[in-house]
Amino acid sequence: MPTRLIPFIKVFVHLACFAPFADLLLRFHRDDLGADPVNTITHFTGDWALYILLLSLAVTPVRRLHPRLANLIRFRRMLGLYAFFYATLHLATYLFLFSGYDVPTAWAGAQSGHFGEVFTQFKLVWPTIWDDIHKRRFVQVGFASWVILLALALTSPQFMLRWMGGKPWQRLHRLVYIAAAMAVIHFWWLVKTGVRTPWKVTAVLTVLLLARVAYTVLKRRAKTAVPQPVIR
Amino acid sequence: MLIRKPEDIRSSEITPQKAMLNRRAFMTGAATLGVGAIAADIIRPNTAVLAAPALKVIQSKYTLPDAQTPFNKATQYNNFYEFGTDKSDPAHNAHTLKTRPWTVQVTGMVKKPLTIDLDTLMNYRPLESRIYRHRCVEAWSMVIPWDGYPLAEFINYCQPMPSAKFVQFISLVDRRQMPDLPGGYDWPYSEGLRMDEAMNPLCLLTFGCYGDVLPNQNGAPVRVVTPWKYGFKNGKSIVRFHFTDKMPKTTWNEINAQEYGFYSNVNPSVDHPRWSQKHERRIDSSVFPKTIPTLPFNGYADQVASLYNGMDLKKFY
Repeated sequence: MPTRLIPFIKVFVHLACFAPFADLLLRFHRDDLGADPVNTITHFTGDWALYILLLSLAVTPVRRLHPRLANLIRFRRMLGLYAFFYATLHLATYLFLFSGYDVPTAWAGAQSGHFGEVFTQFKLVWPTIWDDIHKRRFVQVGFASWVILLALALTSPQFMLRWMGGKPWQRLHRLVYIAAAMAVIHFWWLVKTGVRTPWKVTAVLTVLLLARVAYTVLKRRAKTAVPQPVIR
Repeated sequence: MLIRKPEDIRSSEITPQKAMLNRRAFMTGAATLGVGAIAADIIRPNTAVLAAPALKVIQSKYTLPDAQTPFNKATQYNNFYEFGTDKSDPAHNAHTLKTRPWTVQVTGMVKKPLTIDLDTLMNYRPLESRIYRHRCVEAWSMVIPWDGYPLAEFINYCQPMPSAKFVQFISLVDRRQMPDLPGGYDWPYSEGLRMDEAMNPLCLLTFGCYGDVLPNQNGAPVRVVTPWKYGFKNGKSIVRFHFTDKMPKTTWNEINAQEYGFYSNVNPSVDHPRWSQKHERRIDSSVFPKTIPTLPFNGYADQVASLYNGMDLKKFY
């Protein structure tokens, strides 16, 4: 990939990653979110968080396929941040729509200067949320996945990498595998028994993880194979 | 970027779906109401009470002050897994269901097994228009005007033996009519009630909704509506009523007994393992459904709570 094209491709990737969110806003505007919009938004944001997270995990295996693909690494951080963006929307959907939070009342309160209303309304739904957090494993695993993504997003700028040092930074960012696995588990644990919708993301994640294992194994073999010709 | 999930509603599909439903409305309108009513029928009013219902129905004492769910929401957001597991699937796919000719069998502990033609069954008693709350186990709810007559009337007609303690409803399963039939389920769909539950006057043998015959995705041509129970108890597209002395196997209970009990009465104090049942999103004409508290027995405690006297409803959920 010619390096001089990268800024242009970046614009395209930004637009592409933003498109689902724009689509969601458009559908909201047109009152086209189905009978149960909360359900639609929850699944939409969750799906896209997972898709883009998998896409960011595809960068490394794909760029290893050919030396000319090496500069794909320039897109990895933005993909990761977009995954975090959708995951955060997903969490916000849960906190402010799914929980039964009374958005109109809180909004009206805030508009008339009573910002306390925002918290008062939150206090009303907190028992339900707390119940979910300590009772439901799919909520726990999903939230844990988001916390990892948060840590990775916070440490994503260049200066954080420099400040932390390459090795510790890499060690931290390997948690993305756990975050992705937990996101897929979150999906399996929330669907009804017999529903197999998550199998596709599971298959993609498995391929992406196996590609890394295969690469490591092949590299090790290559290393052990190298010394013989050198002796001659 | 283009990892797609076929279950998603692509924006390109949305217009054809509406066009399809409008066509359906057009056909029904043309067949039943005459040219003058067609224009009104194509654009279904949000309140969804049609001025001239296609079904002959009589008024009922079972009404509600709650705002009705618009027709297009009640008919485009359905759980009818035989036509796909996404809630938008049945509205897309259920047109392949053939509702005539249709016969209903009566088997098991009855004086005499019967096979009844659907139209005979439908005309057996006058159809009442009853407005019921409908609470899905997934924590959303609707308010729907159903058209039917008490299941008790039909059960009396079937003459079950005194030893019959339960009645089971078996839904149609037919791969040719249900090309999207998902694997992993023990079809046909089966539901059931204890005999005293089935005989409760609230339990409705249902042939229509919103004054018209049931749309296929809503369980045409005949279904059961038990408003104090979670929606999945209400078997759709029923082909057989089976009377038995043993608690029948029911589909969701077989799949996951922890999540779906045989009784499945609406009960805010018994959580679904994966979510709270204390609240529900009431799907009405507003853009964002309001979250409201869920009532014990879906608000029908006065009529049905006595059926469960002495039972621990946390155990028999």
